[in-house]
Amino acid sequence: MINTKDITFSYGKETAFAFPDIQCRDGEAILITGGSGKGKTTLLHLLGGLLRPQSGAIQVNNTDIGALSEKKLDHFRGENIGLVLQQSHFIESFSVLENVALASWLATGKQRIEKAKSLLKHLDLEKQMHKLPSQLSIGQQQRVSIARALINEPKVLLADEPTSSLDDENAFKVADLLDNLSKEFQSALVIVTHDSRLKQRFTNQISLS
Amino acid sequence: MITKLAWRNTWFKPLNTTLSIILLTASVAIITVLILLQKQFEDQFSSNADGVDLVLGAQGSPLQLILSSVYQVDAPTGNIDYSEAKKWMENPFVKTAIPLAFGDNYHGFKIVGTTPDYLTKYDAKIVSGKIFENNFEVVIGSEIAKKLNLKAGDTFFGSHGDAEEGEVHEEHAYKIVGVASKTGKVIDNLILSNIQSVWAMHDSHEHAEEAEHDHGHEEGHVHEEGEAHHHDHDHDHEMPQISEEGKEITAVLLKFRNKMGIVTWPRMIPQNTKMQAASPAIEINRLFTLFGIGLQALQYLAYGIMLISGISIFIALYNTLKERKYEFALLRVNGATRFQLLYLVVIESLILCVLGFLFGTIVGRIALTFISGSSEEEFKMSFNPFEFVWEKEGFLFLVTIFVGILAAVIPAVKAYRLNISKTLANA
Repeated sequence: MINTKDITFSYGKETAFAFPDIQCRDGEAILITGGSGKGKTTLLHLLGGLLRPQSGAIQVNNTDIGALSEKKLDHFRGENIGLVLQQSHFIESFSVLENVALASWLATGKQRIEKAKSLLKHLDLEKQMHKLPSQLSIGQQQRVSIARALINEPKVLLADEPTSSLDDENAFKVADLLDNLSKEFQSALVIVTHDSRLKQRFTNQISLS
Repeated sequence: MITKLAWRNTWFKPLNTTLSIILLTASVAIITVLILLQKQFEDQFSSNADGVDLVLGAQGSPLQLILSSVYQVDAPTGNIDYSEAKKWMENPFVKTAIPLAFGDNYHGFKIVGTTPDYLTKYDAKIVSGKIFENNFEVVIGSEIAKKLNLKAGDTFFGSHGDAEEGEVHEEHAYKIVGVASKTGKVIDNLILSNIQSVWAMHDSHEHAEEAEHDHGHEEGHVHEEGEAHHHDHDHDHEMPQISEEGKEITAVLLKFRNKMGIVTWPRMIPQNTKMQAASPAIEINRLFTLFGIGLQALQYLAYGIMLISGISIFIALYNTLKERKYEFALLRVNGATRFQLLYLVVIESLILCVLGFLFGTIVGRIALTFISGSSEEEFKMSFNPFEFVWEKEGFLFLVTIFVGILAAVIPAVKAYRLNISKTLANA
């Protein structure tokens, strides 16, 4: 569950953003759209605790993340927020399975190997488990980052342009996965995108202007 | 897990890693060899010179005299007259005086005429058999017994002079009557007899060889002059005593009762005789100072290489930082703290340093084994590659670690201060 109230952010004096309030309950999905330069990614980073708002409050799972210390925020982020990025980045020297398991270790101190395996299987990546991320196709890589974002069963799943580098088939596949899995894990799903294909897929939309 | 990640990253870029490790290995190996060489060299030199205050010998280079008589590594300066030396040996200042007469060799191992005091000086015991008493009876050092597989009761013929290929003295066989215990000093590689044996061997030897050879150039090799030429050819080794008249020895190792002698004799002796008295302590100090400069230079070179390897680690870490910033941002997104990133970079650097140190220690010891092999052949001096000089090698380890941390500081701080939002937004 995620709630925001009157959040603002600015990069220097020139670019200042005031964002509309967002409410997204567990298992719900919300699409944030808008052209480039409207602060989509900034908003997502604010929601994910990567940036701190200048004013206003962000509540994730009833915790005001603006009030957390740096270290606590790192921990909170690992445990409660899953992030899927436009381009997938991985630990290049770790295998796919290890990449996913690492995310669980960083958040909880335990490597949930079995959980990671079943999640990857669920995402149709069973054969790719022991490969290096660089050996995978872009569509497969995107699915690995979804698995990584979901391994800790986060309360909030944030996706930044998850489909922009994918073809139609993979784009819908990824969109379905995000939608279905966030319902399955009862996560609040927030997607920022300018991808018109997704605009047809999700009904709950907020447009930044 | 962070350590595992650091380990994996280390091997994900094998070329960078190998370069850094090779450089570190080279510097650590050189320094290790220098540490061990210096330590063992000094140990051997000082333990061999224990109990020798002055060495009495022929005039010439005092260093040469010390090297030849105490360490058996150089040619002697010449011979001295036994009766003249005896006057000084019997001086009341002198506590013990051990005469040395260099004779022949057997397979390159020197046969030295001396007194049983020589064994006492080196704390060598007779482990099998007995001490030499009669002419041509010898006690062999433990190394010789081992290498040539000799034991009490065996006999052999010596070769003339100190060259292994020298003329074989076939007139008289030496009989081994005892084997000395292992001491780790020069005595392990010596064959000891009484002085008369050396004289007697050359009494007959002179006659046999005189016609064909001129031995004038063989300094330090005991020739008995004058009288022997008139001796009969067939004197044998049962003859108990040879006249000391006109006989020569090579050197005398002196230990004093009184410090005065140590100070005054080096000046007094050359003034009054044709001999000199040299102090092992002073000469060896001089020698160490001489090659100390060389060792120092090598040590600087090695630390220079270590500096370069530090720079190489720094460049490797710094260069990959740019491509790895997404990896770092990702770790932060997944819940890693700033401190864990700092830790990751430092650990990667330390892995290289610890590996470099380990390899260097091993390679250094392998090198020392080879050095020991050749020095053993040439100087009968061996080095133990398995000795650990904890203090100095521990210090070297700390220096290596310090280099690793220093190389990691800037990259680690950069990782620590990485702005994740900016990194990901610009992706």
